[in-house]
Amino acid sequence: MDGRREYGFFVQMKIRINGEEKEIKEGLSLAALLDEFQIRPGRVVVELNRNIITRAAHGSTALKEGDALEIVHFVGGG
Amino acid sequence: MEDHFELAGVKYRSRLIVGTGKYKDFAETKKAIEVSGADIVTVAVRRVNITDPNKENLLDYLDPKKYTILPNTAGCYNADDAVRTCRLAREAGVGKLVKLEVIGDDKTLFPDIPATLEAAKILVQEGFVVLPYITDDPVTAKKLQDIGCAAVMPLAAPIGSGLGIRNPYNIRIILEQATVPVIVDAGVGTASDAAMAMEMGCDGVLMNTAIAGAKDPILMAEAMRLGIEAGRKAFLAGRIPRKLYATASSPLEGILG
Repeated sequence: MDGRREYGFFVQMKIRINGEEKEIKEGLSLAALLDEFQIRPGRVVVELNRNIITRAAHGSTALKEGDALEIVHFVGGG
Repeated sequence: MEDHFELAGVKYRSRLIVGTGKYKDFAETKKAIEVSGADIVTVAVRRVNITDPNKENLLDYLDPKKYTILPNTAGCYNADDAVRTCRLAREAGVGKLVKLEVIGDDKTLFPDIPATLEAAKILVQEGFVVLPYITDDPVTAKKLQDIGCAAVMPLAAPIGSGLGIRNPYNIRIILEQATVPVIVDAGVGTASDAAMAMEMGCDGVLMNTAIAGAKDPILMAEAMRLGIEAGRKAFLAGRIPRKLYATASSPLEGILG
């Protein structure tokens, strides 16, 4: 299945999140992924393959094999 | 006397802009900022730690309704990364203000001026309110002002060095030619440094380490607030000229014979 493998009931896919490779359920939306990682969408900004995804589009953005996500937030700085 | 700090058409009460880095915890950050009286606070943009997403977020302690959030591009070494960081920051929904810093050297953290100019052009075009961190160079300040930056922010000394204003003459030249606010950014060590910047006629001072790194950050935050206020008032009052010889303060008539 071209880089994918059967895992339990779900087909897993590999994506990169903040530079780390992760396996997630195929077809997961961005909103569902944030939920799974317990990340509050109101406090982060997400870039998918170098394009910023607005909060309104989190639910309708389906992730696919090989995607690269950057999830950032504000931290202390000068 | 009414005295406001006006930046890009918005009036602020305080001329002190403070950073949020290097504090012990968010509670101390919050307290120091409150005591400093600052209206504008800087923040950095960083990756969320996805394996341990901290439930607490800086913005939980820093109400964006109360403070103007000024995201920085700290850690960016080229124009592309700086522009990318600003776009991400804007998407967070805290406004269009950005502190543009493109670092050119690890050891001094001096800015890469060509890259700063390049990024500033793009950001101004995209509607950002750009506040660039620069070396104390009048030519660079003029160029960034001409590009359309909302202020220029020459350093007093290297970031976190606490050396104070190393070249007051360059700052004076920058002030003379400026048509936008001049904010001294970085290198302030103590309250007198902040006062000196204000006495010279600077519009504001931006600092982080001087407060966060003090033994008692809360007390230093207060000292900085007072230093800024004292310096600004002294500037508005108009200081006496410096003279080499004495002028008596008491009447010369009626002295006992």
